[in-house]
Amino acid sequence: MGNVIVVTSGKGGVGKTTSTAALGSALAERGQRVCVVDFDVGLRNLDLVLGAERRVVYDFINVAQGDAKLAQALIRDKRIETLYLLAASQTRDKDALTDEGVERVIGELKQSFDWVVCDSPAGIERGALLAMRFADQAVVVANPEVSSVRDADRIIGLLDSRTQRAEGGQRIDKHLLLTRFDPARSARGEMLSVADVLDILSVPLLGIIPESEEIIRASNLGAPITMNAGVSPAAKAYRDAARRLSGETLPIAMPTEKKPFLSRLFGRRAA
Amino acid sequence: MNLLNLFKSRGGTAPVARERLQILLAHERVRLGPQDLLARLRDDLIATILRHVEIDPEKVMVKLDSDAAISTLEIDIEIPREKIVGDGKRRPLGDGELSAA
Ligand SMILES: Nc1ncnc2c1ncn2[C@@H]1O[C@H](COP(=O)(O)OP(=O)(O)OP(=O)(O)O)[C@@H](O)[C@H]1O
Ligand SMILES: [Mg+2]
Repeated sequence: MGNVIVVTSGKGGVGKTTSTAALGSALAERGQRVCVVDFDVGLRNLDLVLGAERRVVYDFINVAQGDAKLAQALIRDKRIETLYLLAASQTRDKDALTDEGVERVIGELKQSFDWVVCDSPAGIERGALLAMRFADQAVVVANPEVSSVRDADRIIGLLDSRTQRAEGGQRIDKHLLLTRFDPARSARGEMLSVADVLDILSVPLLGIIPESEEIIRASNLGAPITMNAGVSPAAKAYRDAARRLSGETLPIAMPTEKKPFLSRLFGRRAA
Repeated sequence: MNLLNLFKSRGGTAPVARERLQILLAHERVRLGPQDLLARLRDDLIATILRHVEIDPEKVMVKLDSDAAISTLEIDIEIPREKIVGDGKRRPLGDGELSAA
């Protein structure tokens, strides 16, 4: 049975879609069967970041409503053969997705994939709640600034109360992915430090993704940063994060500007 | 915030951000209600116990019961006997320690 992960944040534009694509392709490059699912109805973007925007025929809503088979809607990546996309609908309204429809599709995906990675829409409304509803684990994406951290805290509260696992008295594993981290500004004390954010949110750290031009280039090209053996620090950070998701324990490298040094923050547990 | 604070924080506003967030979130978390409180409590308990004893996080039950007069917090943690006795590295538990509340 596959593992269902929701990539969520509360705040918009912090890097959920970028992270879904990068983590999904990094896991798939390790030979795992991965399906990335776009929950952002009406504002789909995952297809674009993955370079599959011209191949969408059927979408999530078509499958959830029984108008198409899952196999018809899944788009297989042309570069990594174990990577698939289930696109969001661009035209339908948000209420077209129901709890039951989503549960059935996620259930089906779990049968055939090792990982089902759900790209949540921003906000704390219905769309975001649906994206987290059936997850086993959550990647909480945050940037090191006040409003993003506050919203992340809000989302953590919802993960602990509004998911199917939480309602059944089980815990949902949460991981913090700190993105758009600017080491120089953090060193000058202009940006919350990694320690600050960890301290405030007390969720174990999955990785630190530096602010990077390469990420924007990757989106422009429609090829997630981790593809094509990308060697940028951001690609490496996402690849390591994917390995941690698979259960490996790796030291977390603190991004630095010039002389690189490793700060070893071994997988901190919630304290 | 007065002028003095503005001067102090020049070049390093992160400490102010951190302090404001800590105060704000402490309030917001309380408002979010018992469901959230329980989940956080469970996570903290598991983390604390894991520092000393190996347990299965799935075997931790935390329940809040309320009636008109009082609320009780019930905590039930299953600890495999072999994990805490005679392992040499860990101090065996004394009677009554870590037993269900
Ligand atoms: N580490 C990074 N460095 C530089 N730019 C980044 C980084 N991560 C994301 N971005 C850019 O930030 C913008 C928002 O990213 P993305 O679309 O992944 O966020 P999102 O959380 O999915 O947004 P939304 O809430 O709108 O769905 C994009 O232009 C993306 O290229
Ligand atoms: Mg997005």
